[in-house]
Amino acid sequence: MEQTLKPLAGQSEQSGSDEEGRPVVPCWSCQGPVGEGSLFCSTCKAVQPPGQLDHFARFGLPAEYDLESAVLDRHYFDCQRMLHPDRFAMRTPKERALSQQQSVCVNEAYETLKDPLKRADYLVHLRGAGVLPEGCTLVNDQELLTESMELREALADAESLEDVDALDQRATDDIRYCIDALSDVFRTDDLEGACRLTTRLKYLRKLSEECRHHRAKMDKRE
Amino acid sequence: MQIMQIHEPGETPLPHEGDGVIAVGIDLGTTNSVVAISSDGVAEVLRNEDGSGLVPSVVAYAPDGSAFVGELARRLMLDRPDAVVSSVKRLMGRGVEDIKSLAGTLPYDVDKSGGEGSGMVRLSVAGQRLTPVEISAEILTALKERAEVHLGQKVEKAVVTVPAYFDDSARTATKDAARLAGLEVLRLVNEPTAAALAYGLDESAEGVYAVYDLGGGTFDVSILKMQKGVFQVLATGGDSALGGDDFDHAVAEHFLAERAADRGTETMTSADVKMALMSARLAKECLSRQESGQWTLDIDDQQTFHDLDRARLETLIAPLVDRTLGVCRGVLDDAGVASQDIAGVVLVGGSTRVPLVRQRVAALFGKEPLAHIDPDEVVAVGAALQAEALTVGSDTLLLDVTPLSLGIETMGGLVEKIVERNTPVPVSKGQEFTTFQDGQAAMSIHVVQGERELVDQCRSLARFELHGIPPMTAGAARIQVGFAVDADGLLTVTAREQTTGVEQTVEVKPSYGLTEDEMAAMLYDSMMHAQDDMNRRLLAEARVEAERSLSAVAAALQADADLLAAEEQEEIVETMKRLEAAGAREDRDAINAGVEDLERVTRAFAERRMDRGIRSALHGVDVREFESAAEPADGVDTDQPKT
Ligand SMILES: [Zn+2]
Repeated sequence: MEQTLKPLAGQSEQSGSDEEGRPVVPCWSCQGPVGEGSLFCSTCKAVQPPGQLDHFARFGLPAEYDLESAVLDRHYFDCQRMLHPDRFAMRTPKERALSQQQSVCVNEAYETLKDPLKRADYLVHLRGAGVLPEGCTLVNDQELLTESMELREALADAESLEDVDALDQRATDDIRYCIDALSDVFRTDDLEGACRLTTRLKYLRKLSEECRHHRAKMDKRE
Repeated sequence: MQIMQIHEPGETPLPHEGDGVIAVGIDLGTTNSVVAISSDGVAEVLRNEDGSGLVPSVVAYAPDGSAFVGELARRLMLDRPDAVVSSVKRLMGRGVEDIKSLAGTLPYDVDKSGGEGSGMVRLSVAGQRLTPVEISAEILTALKERAEVHLGQKVEKAVVTVPAYFDDSARTATKDAARLAGLEVLRLVNEPTAAALAYGLDESAEGVYAVYDLGGGTFDVSILKMQKGVFQVLATGGDSALGGDDFDHAVAEHFLAERAADRGTETMTSADVKMALMSARLAKECLSRQESGQWTLDIDDQQTFHDLDRARLETLIAPLVDRTLGVCRGVLDDAGVASQDIAGVVLVGGSTRVPLVRQRVAALFGKEPLAHIDPDEVVAVGAALQAEALTVGSDTLLLDVTPLSLGIETMGGLVEKIVERNTPVPVSKGQEFTTFQDGQAAMSIHVVQGERELVDQCRSLARFELHGIPPMTAGAARIQVGFAVDADGLLTVTAREQTTGVEQTVEVKPSYGLTEDEMAAMLYDSMMHAQDDMNRRLLAEARVEAERSLSAVAAALQADADLLAAEEQEEIVETMKRLEAAGAREDRDAINAGVEDLERVTRAFAERRMDRGIRSALHGVDVREFESAAEPADGVDTDQPKT
């Protein structure tokens, strides 16, 4: 009886892909076909497990360094409006668990992309996979090391709040410069340049953080 | 066509679990608690005959062991101090060790015998030995009853608020207390976030806001960005042992010092301490309205009189207020926001009525704080709004963060942070660790919460061991430790040896929490209807599952019925009808069996649908337009981002 209606008998290998190139998998709820990585089943509307998407793709954004925070926020909020566990409080345990998984992925993507440093690191990793197997750790820039050490020493020697503020200001300016420069190197796909700038951004951040600690300590002493 | 007789998804005649479900919002406070309910986006605080929405968080125990809560209990505080407990929130999720640091400042007798079971502190009250969870459950029961009387129907679900700075143990303890009171917690919401929701919806506020929440025993400050119905917490911080109670202590100590100077040292009973604290509190409250006054201490029938003016009060409490401002600066820094960028400051908690607090907060943020929603009620209002959003649906969205970093102990007593504070929840993070001895077969995992680098300075949440690591040389094992924090801020830890797949999952039961056995015993003791409640919950779950299954099959039939012969379709439709009928009855097993039947009779149908889907995908031909633009589920916005 099944045979009479089953189309394309014999060709039941569960593979193929939908029009966006995503493989088709069975929906956990209605068992019908759904493109892998779809948020919801197009037939029964059930929420689906999060697919293996890169952080940009999860928001439907191009994998580029330039990203306005307002744009990212908008995409982030749109995703969480659909997927946050609060939207599934009255649904089945399975749907609640899936929404949590989805929401976790969205949060992770957001946390990575909203920070210019993490975004740079991630984009190097994304574009450089294969080209730079070890990521940015290979960058060994003498100039960078010297600069970093000098600034650290300057902070250790800082005696007044003004000294610390001046150092912090310098770090802040350099951070801004790095972010602008990163935008250029990613546009020209200069991955080595991106690595160097990312590394520099990392230690500038650390320096700025240490300035804050230092200032807090000085405040307490007063 | 037969299929048309099937109800549309969401229109099944099954009792829909989202319909008619009442969920209340509860602010379980240190000094007072409030219950509110929201309907159509308008929240109402439930009041007594006198119009008061505040239920004092005070529990009195009668000689027969029965408890009563609220104003009546509070009035007994002086006459029967040994039978009355107040401020129990300060002990939620705390261990005997924690309490030592608070010794002398607590107006009740802590049972120091320790004893069997968990490390949770116990109080000796009217000859009983009670945990803070049980005492809090009495308060929650009273609030639940207030709501039931008001609504004329049973209330079983609630959104309960907790201080944002509550750690995992205190959150778990709060959830356990609700369970004991017969309430299912739909969500634990952070108090400042709830307050922001109440303000944001009321004022349709946009921009970055600070919420300064000084309660009886806890202090929280959160920085939120509000835009278009989204409440995004940027950073939160606080002190879970700092509140208006501490103002009272400062004043009481001042009175007692004056008395001691006058009369020499006396031995104090806990009743005397309670009395002194009550006078102090009265003085604090009066001095919020008037400039000076005189108060009496009556100990051992010996009265002393104490003058106090506002200026003196302010010197007594200024160090405490300054501590809150320090926390505020840190949180602004974490949020990456300057104080002049704050669009408004919302005041929450009864202690923000103290004029000095208002002045200092206004000075720090450079603007007059908002307090036009009663600071004692605003949290419950927000909780009620969120309860409605969770049950009925809403366009607003709360995006909250973890208040404290979570990590595990590594060699040398250091903490390896896995989830940093102020990370949006839900979050899931993992880190790899390895063995440090050849042939090491077990690894002990110590989960801690806090910002310090040394384990001793952080709060210990749980310890567990991963066993069965196969013999390997030191450093060869790959142990993945995963931390998952859900939307309630509760942590689950997993550990897994990667090369062999030995896995162990623990829901972090905090070191100072209750064990499952203790919880079960309490449920058994305190609730005659525990079994009933459990059965009702399981029935509700079975119905939700049946509803999902029915609507999924109905949607599939609507899309692909042409894949079925008439008799096949008929069989499916008949099975659906049987399941619908079962769902309308109370027999849980019949519902579950019906769901399984439906799965069985639709299996072949599902295969054909997959085949069609794959075929259409392979040929790029829309065999039946199966991939029409995805429309999200009920209660979900439609503007899905294009991938
Ligand atoms: Zn489906």
